[in-house]
Amino acid sequence: MNAQFRKPPSWRNVLEKGVVVGLACCALISVFTTLAILITLFVETTSFFNEIPLFHFFTETEWTALFSGDQQKFGILPLIIGTCLVTLIAAAIAIPIGLTSAIYLSEFAHDRIRRIIKPILEVLAGIPTIVYGFFAVTLVTPTLKNFIPSLETFNALSAGIVVGIMIIPMIASLSEDAMMSVPNRIREAAYGLGSTRLEVALRVVLPAAISGIIASFVLALSRAIGETMIVTIAAGATPHLSFDPTVSIQTMTAYIVQAATGDISYESIAYKSIYAVGITLFCMTFLMNIFAEFISRRFREEYE
Amino acid sequence: MPESATKEQTIPVLSTDSKTSSSSNVKYRRMKSKLAHLLFLLSTWMGVVVLAVLLIDIARRGLPWLSLDFLDSFASRIPERAGLKAGIWGSIWMILITAPLAFIIGVATAVFLEEYRLNSKWGGRIQRLIQLNINNLAGVPSIVFGILGLTLFVRQINLGKSVLAGALTMTLLILPIIVVAAREAIASVPQSLRLASMAMGATRLQTIWRVVLPYAFPGILTGTILALSRAIGETAPLIMIGAVTFLAFTPSSVMDMFTVMPIQIYNWTSQPKEEFANLAAAGIIVLLFVLLSMNALAIFLRNKFRRS
Repeated sequence: MNAQFRKPPSWRNVLEKGVVVGLACCALISVFTTLAILITLFVETTSFFNEIPLFHFFTETEWTALFSGDQQKFGILPLIIGTCLVTLIAAAIAIPIGLTSAIYLSEFAHDRIRRIIKPILEVLAGIPTIVYGFFAVTLVTPTLKNFIPSLETFNALSAGIVVGIMIIPMIASLSEDAMMSVPNRIREAAYGLGSTRLEVALRVVLPAAISGIIASFVLALSRAIGETMIVTIAAGATPHLSFDPTVSIQTMTAYIVQAATGDISYESIAYKSIYAVGITLFCMTFLMNIFAEFISRRFREEYE
Repeated sequence: MPESATKEQTIPVLSTDSKTSSSSNVKYRRMKSKLAHLLFLLSTWMGVVVLAVLLIDIARRGLPWLSLDFLDSFASRIPERAGLKAGIWGSIWMILITAPLAFIIGVATAVFLEEYRLNSKWGGRIQRLIQLNINNLAGVPSIVFGILGLTLFVRQINLGKSVLAGALTMTLLILPIIVVAAREAIASVPQSLRLASMAMGATRLQTIWRVVLPYAFPGILTGTILALSRAIGETAPLIMIGAVTFLAFTPSSVMDMFTVMPIQIYNWTSQPKEEFANLAAAGIIVLLFVLLSMNALAIFLRNKFRRS
């Protein structure tokens, strides 16, 4: 454009441009948050690994970071096993119930029942995890003790069950979304061939929505891995390298809380171990989230 | 569900089993479907039952302990004298700082991503990066935000274990939720309104400020309220940044130490005495009352301002 046609910049033009810059700065805060998380975790973890060899961290079978002096051992395996144990129990509870709820809500339920159940699931999803933790230790553990007398006061089983209850609404609503997005004409075609409701649900809708459903499982399990308060309250604080659900264990998140509430100096190796555990946790959940994204993209069935 | 799908079809086209007569095969299949229906129904109501059991248990334990004194006393080693005052005021202080910060930054981010499509090569890349980044941040465990708050706000910026440090940590935690909700609300504003506004000579900024934001406001508000209720219920990040459990005062400035309701509940839960469990239940009733009122407000706003 020729210079003679250009308007001189008015205060309004300056304002328009300035606002874009301001908005961009606000938007960049979230990027800086991610960077800050990565940098803080990385810096302290590096100084942790200057003292503890990486090899020991992944192969040693004991985690006694808060012991004094030379009794300290930093093998993260027990914490990872504890986390996996709780997550597996949660999955065993949440996947069957969440998936069948989703099938029911999307394929069987009348509108009237949906309108009752969906808000209840929303309320369940909005309950703070501290309340679930209270529930685990005051109600679930004592009840389970009637059936399993050898159950310890703090154990992986009741923590896992309650974490499972916590993620049911997530699996149910995400899977339901996936199933609802399957076009109706496909259902109608199956009904037209004489299928029953169950056959339509299991052989037509479920396979068509499978990418979204599996993604919902992965996302919910990633949430279970990062869950903190339930396991801190109900699962105990003794890292164990075993898959026995009736004894006290410790998860990665519960260790982080225990170390942070303990009286340790910012210079100690125990304090730095928070970051080493934190970065392990971060990587695990990050990979699962990426994986969920990948599945829902790569295997999505397109009908339009 | 389509209307046609509500009636079971009986034409036995799919029957290939030659041994059973086709009518009994249909009967069997329909019975199986009915049984599954019942099973799925029971499984769905499990959630409702759990919620009911949880609420009843908490009410049974907590209600006798709930009183005005409970709301107006500080923590104590004697259960009869203990109360939630420090936690209530701490939560209020934290939310009063978090709410405006998270709202402004969140809406600004959403406006930037939805209303300004940068055409330059770098601009487009930055927008995609921000978008991707927000999706990922939403999946980061809250305890990791706690580690960030401890390192960045408490130690590096040297805010100490203050309300401000807690509120800033919480702001970063709920930012992705608000951005996602605000983007959805802004994206649902009809394009015709923007075009009409611009056709009358409004600038882009005027269009956003006077047309897009007012239209999207109820949606944004609903999302913000839900995000704030998440912030009120969060425990782990605040434990990390060192919100203490026994406080005999309420904050009087943003640099004061503080505690919040969930942390007091956590503390009571981890006490061995049975009375403290009941205190925790009383605290949970207060917490759930606040959260459910906020959720109800959000749902009310959503329904009141819903546009077709």
